[in-house]
Amino acid sequence: MQERVAIVGVGCTGFRSITPEQSYKEMVYEAAMRAYTDAGVDPRRDVESFVTVAEDFHEGTSIFDEYTPDQIGGALKPVHTITGDGLHGIATAYMLIRTGQFDIVAIEGHSKASNIKTLSEVTAYAQDPVLNRPLKLNSHFIAGLEMNRYLFETGTSHEHCAAVVVKNRYNALNNPFAPYGADLTIEDVLSGSMLSWPLGKRETAEHSDGAILMVLASEDKASYLTDKPIWILGAGWNNDSAALENRDWAHAIYAEEAARMAYRQAGINNPLEAIDIAEVDDTYAYKELQALEALGFCREGEAGILTVEGFTSPDSGLPVNVSGGSLGMGNLLEANGLARAYEIVLQLRGEAGARQVEDVNIGLAQSWRGVPSSSGAVLILAN
Amino acid sequence: MGMRKVAVIGAGMTKFVRRAQETPKELSWEAAHMALESCEMTMDDIEAVCLGTAPDAFDGVHLNGEYLSDGAGAWRKPYMRSYVGGGTGVFVPIQGWYHIASGLFDVVMVVAEEKMSSYYPHAQAAFLTIFDHTTERPLKPNLLWIFALEMNRYMTTYGISKADIAQVAVQHKRNAADHPCALLGDANITLDDILNSEVLAWPVQRFDVSPVSDGAVAVILAAEHIAKRITDKPVWIEGVGWHLDTAYWTNRDLAYPRYVEYAARMAYDMAGIKEPRKEINIAEPYDPFDYKALHHLEGLQLAERGKAPELYSDGTASRTGNMPVCPSGGLLGVGNPIAAAGLMKIAELFWQLRGEAGARQVPGQPRRGLAQAWGDLMQVGTVVIMGR
Repeated sequence: MQERVAIVGVGCTGFRSITPEQSYKEMVYEAAMRAYTDAGVDPRRDVESFVTVAEDFHEGTSIFDEYTPDQIGGALKPVHTITGDGLHGIATAYMLIRTGQFDIVAIEGHSKASNIKTLSEVTAYAQDPVLNRPLKLNSHFIAGLEMNRYLFETGTSHEHCAAVVVKNRYNALNNPFAPYGADLTIEDVLSGSMLSWPLGKRETAEHSDGAILMVLASEDKASYLTDKPIWILGAGWNNDSAALENRDWAHAIYAEEAARMAYRQAGINNPLEAIDIAEVDDTYAYKELQALEALGFCREGEAGILTVEGFTSPDSGLPVNVSGGSLGMGNLLEANGLARAYEIVLQLRGEAGARQVEDVNIGLAQSWRGVPSSSGAVLILAN
Repeated sequence: MGMRKVAVIGAGMTKFVRRAQETPKELSWEAAHMALESCEMTMDDIEAVCLGTAPDAFDGVHLNGEYLSDGAGAWRKPYMRSYVGGGTGVFVPIQGWYHIASGLFDVVMVVAEEKMSSYYPHAQAAFLTIFDHTTERPLKPNLLWIFALEMNRYMTTYGISKADIAQVAVQHKRNAADHPCALLGDANITLDDILNSEVLAWPVQRFDVSPVSDGAVAVILAAEHIAKRITDKPVWIEGVGWHLDTAYWTNRDLAYPRYVEYAARMAYDMAGIKEPRKEINIAEPYDPFDYKALHHLEGLQLAERGKAPELYSDGTASRTGNMPVCPSGGLLGVGNPIAAAGLMKIAELFWQLRGEAGARQVPGQPRRGLAQAWGDLMQVGTVVIMGR
C-alpha cells in the first residue's frame, strides 16, 4: 500500500461560454497534452490508469465512457468513468494509487454545456420520476426553495448572498481563464432579474465550456517527476438524501460529512486555523455561504457577515474562491470540482500570477453535484 | 508492503424478471437488504457504498446514480457510481475492492441495479444513442447488427458452425433451471430449439441472445480483519483487471477480444496465476450472446483461439466437468439486467466457493473462480478472480 499521493501535473483549456470551433474531444486532448507536459510523462508509456468523470445526459450519449480513452491516451489501458464530480474522480485516482497497483493515474473532466440545447429540461430529469417529476419543477426553482430555507434558518440576508457575487466576479477579473469577471456592486446584483424568489439570475453561475486533466502519482514517482508535488492530505465525499421530500433544506449535510472524512485523514481539528485558502461550490451564491458553514470555518449564520466584512477576500483571513469560483469561471458541470482543485494547485505551487495569495501551505476544494442532488466532495491539498 | 486483502462476505440478489413492479430504488434496496442479512450486518456497519448501473437512459433519470443512492443504502455515506457500460457489473466489485485496498474503508457494500422494462417500447432503442453522433448514429445502427457482424467474423475466422455456438445456449439455459432467480431456465431445451428460433440479424437468432430483464444484486466486501471476524468462509478477491480499448471499434479485429486478454493478464498477475487453465476451477465469462462466452473464454486464455467450442462438446464446461463454465446459467439463462447480471456472476462464485450453491453446486470443492464482463462498443473487459 502506498500512503502518500501527490498531484504532479495539471492541464486546463481555460473556460468560455461557447466553443464552436472545438469538439469535446479536442478540448480534452488540449487539456491532456498540457497536463502530461506539465507532469513530464508520456501517457502511453507512463500513465497506468485513467479516470473520467461524466454524465450520459450531459454528453448526449448513452454509455459515454465508450468515448473517453482516445483523447487522453488511454486506449487499451485500465480506464473507467465515475458519474460524479471531478473531486470524486480525484478521490478515485487517490484510492487507485493507494492500493499499490498503480503509480501514475490521470483524471479528466470536461464541460461542453454550450452543446446542450435543453439544459434546464435535462437537469429537471434528475428528479424522482414517480414522486417529483409530475410537479414539473425547474432546477432553479428547487435552488430558490433551498436558498429561502437557508436564509430563514440562519438569519442570512439577501445582501450577504449578493456580496459573494461581487467578490467572486471581481476576483475573476484577475483570472485569465475566467470569462465572467465583472466589477459589480451589491445593488447591481440585487437589482438583477429574479429566477425563483429569492434567487436572482445574477446569483446563479452561467455555464461555460472547458476541460481539465490532472496527473496523480505515488510518493516514489512524485518525488522524481516534480519539484513541486502537491500532496493529497485528505479526500472525503458523501451523499445526503436523494429525495426532495425528506432532506434537510437549510444545511449542506453532505459537505459537513465529506469535510469530516477529509479532516480526519488530514488530522485537522480546527479548519480555520489549518487551512490557508479555500475554493468552494458557488454555483449559486448562497451555496458558498452554506458551504463555509458546513466546512466548519464559522458558525451557522456567520458566513454572510464574514463575507460582507471582507474576511473571505483574497488578502484577508481566509481567501475563498480567489479564482472567481463558478460565478466567475462558469458552471462546468462535472468539471466544477476539478476547476476548484486546479486553482488550489496553482496557488500552492505559487503559480497563480496576479491573484497569487501569500504564504499558502494548505488549501481546500469543495464541490456539489447540483440540483437536485445532495452529494458533494472535499479535497485537502498541501505543498 | 503487500496489498490489503479484500474478501466478499455476503451476497443477495432479486429475481431477474421481464417486468418488475418495483421501482429501480426498491430493486436496489431488496438486493442490498438480502446481502446485509446474509452476513448479519446492518447499514450501520457499512462505511461506503459503490453502485453500478448501465446507461441512464434505461431508468430515464439524469444523474441516475444520485437517484438510486438512498435505495442502495447510501444515505449519509460516501457513495460513488462507476461505469464501464456492460462491463459495469464486474467493474463495480473492483471499485469496492479499491475502496478497501486503498486503506480508506474496511466494509463496503456494492450494489448493481438495472431496470430495462421502463424503456418503452423496448430497451434496444436506448442503444441507438450509444453510437458516435457524427460518424455512426446517422446509419441508425442496432446493437444486434453489430453483434451479428462480430459473430460472423468469429465464425468465419475459425470455421465455427452455428451448432457449435448453440450448444453454449443449451448448456447455460439448462444450468439456469436450477437457479431460483432465473428468467429463462429450461432443463429440457435442445440444440434444435436454438437453431430453429426466429432469426433477428443473421447469424443471431432469438435464443442466441439473453433476455432484457429487471433485477438487482448486492455484495458486501470487507478488509481481512473484519472478514475473518464475520465469517469462517470469506471468499477473497485475489485479482482484478480491466482494460478499455479505443472507441473506434470499426478499426478492431472483431475475431479476438484483446481488451479481455489484457484485463485477464492484469488479474492473473495480481493473483499470481501462471497457468489459468489449470488454476481456474470455475469460469463465469460474460454471455449476453452465446458466441460471446466462447469469444471471452479465448480472451481469458482459458481456451486456444477458435477452440472454445471444444470445451462444451467434450464436457469440460459442464457443471460436472473439469472447468465448469457459467454453472449459474449465465446471462442466457438467468437473465441480463446489464450491471446486475455482471454482479450476479460474482455472487455465484461467492456461493460456489463456499459450497452454498444448492442444486447448482459444482462438485469437488472448487478453490478458485473467475468472473468476467464486457461492454461498451465491443471495447471493455473487466475481470475478477476469487478464491477460498
